Amino acid sequence: MKLVAATALALLMGLSAASAQMVKPGDVTIVDGALSQSLTGQPGDPAQGRKWFMGRKLGNCLACHANRDLADQPYHGEVGPPLDGVAGRWSEPELRAIVVNSKAALHEDTIMPAFYREAGLNRVADKFVGKTILSAQQVEDVVSYLMTLKEN
Amino acid sequence: MNKMIAFGAAAVVALAIGQATADEEAELVIDGQAFVTKLDAPDDSPLPEILSGWRFRNSETQELQTDDFENPAMIFAEYGEELWATAEGETGKSCADCHGDASESMRGLRASMPRWHEGKDTLFTLEDHINWSREEHQKAKPWKWESQEMLAMTAYIGLQSRGMPVAVKTDGKAAPWFEKGKELYYTRVGQLDMACAHCHENNYGNMIRADHLSQGQINGFPVYRLKWQGMGSLHRRFKGCMDNIRATPYKRGSDEFTALELYLASRGQGLSVETPSLRN
Ligand code: HEC
Ligand code: HEC
Repeated sequence: MKLVAATALALLMGLSAASAQMVKPGDVTIVDGALSQSLTGQPGDPAQGRKWFMGRKLGNCLACHANRDLADQPYHGEVGPPLDGVAGRWSEPELRAIVVNSKAALHEDTIMPAFYREAGLNRVADKFVGKTILSAQQVEDVVSYLMTLKEN
Repeated sequence: MNKMIAFGAAAVVALAIGQATADEEAELVIDGQAFVTKLDAPDDSPLPEILSGWRFRNSETQELQTDDFENPAMIFAEYGEELWATAEGETGKSCADCHGDASESMRGLRASMPRWHEGKDTLFTLEDHINWSREEHQKAKPWKWESQEMLAMTAYIGLQSRGMPVAVKTDGKAAPWFEKGKELYYTRVGQLDMACAHCHENNYGNMIRADHLSQGQINGFPVYRLKWQGMGSLHRRFKGCMDNIRATPYKRGSDEFTALELYLASRGQGLSVETPSLRN
């Protein structure tokens, strides 16, 4: 019993420490297609980012983008451009902006979802109302993973 | 966009995993009857050419649809034929008692759906027509939209128009429904914030993960879908697409889905009706 309470407390503290520095989706401002401020103040983990990139329930970036680094995975999409060498084409602040809100960073008509936005959407299924597709830390993880894609 | 680059990438991927790709140049012939699965779009169409969903399926699925003995959807059409001749409701009448031979009385109906219904003064899908007749003429309980009976009957009635060109009326009283359907088609919805057009107008021909995007034509519905292990209505497909983009779907049979159905039918004018067709 004590142990459970202690872990719960630790979890709570951990959470509030993280959220203190977390940029809320509504507070994000993309300027000239870039977002230099980290969403969490914590560095992203590229190994995690790689998982979110291919996870069907998460980023599912692979649904639309081919990526040679994931050649062992079946079914790469053709809807967006292949992301090989993307770190050479965009800076980290630009990649963060693209993942957070591609409509603001790239162009308004894009099919690419905004992964860190919860307002201004239509008929969102109840389960997802008020939620972003990726969490702030997951966005940072994905961005740090994209930064490893240097080879064209 | 990026079709050329993406094509190169896709070819590599397909080779690597031996994925069956569609033969977009194949022609559909069933029992010696040739189907129009591709035609030039009229000038006012948002599409450069009109392509049946059949063209986007892999070779095995395509082939199964060319053989009525192999096409599992035909079993439903046969069940529909049985129901056609079954007496029902307080009046104890079968469909056949009033409408006779379906191959004559129902010929062309599916090709013109959805269509204005004067009596009810609203736009009717094929399902609406069937249930109206059950209530009005048979004094029988309406079938549920996605019931086996409704799917069988829409498959059977649809089969009577197989090979005929889709020809829906979008003017007159149907005009506001057409406009509503068009608006829905281009409206972004769901957490993924996409419209039908993003996938089916801007990206048909492209792979989205394991799915080969088609134009979202409706000339083959209801369809037998291997993934569903059964038959499904057009509105079930709409719901599936909306669920996938994490949107709250409209109800089957709702005005919204009926309007979308009319708009989609109009984007496929001239394609042959393929009901009941097969999907993976
Ligand atoms: C539904 C499709 C779709 C999904 C899912 C998607 N993207 Fe995109 N993405 C696009 C398209 C399309 C473009 C090109 C911009 C345009 O024309 O709209 C693009 C562009 C990009 C670019 C710029 C690439 C370049 O070379 O210019 C990056 C980086 C990117 N996406 C990353 C991601 C990441 C990371 C994810 C997942 C977290 C993701 N995308 C998910 C469709 C998608
Ligand atoms: C994220 C992409 C996406 C969006 C957005 C989308 N669909 Fe689909 N849709 C698919 C996929 C994938 C399939 C199955 C493969 C195919 O036929 O395109 C499909 C299939 C269909 C089909 C069946 C086509 C056939 O021949 O079997 C119809 C009809 C359809 N969609 C209509 C719609 C409508 C209406 C909307 C908007 C409410 C919509 N879709 C939104 C991805 C999408």
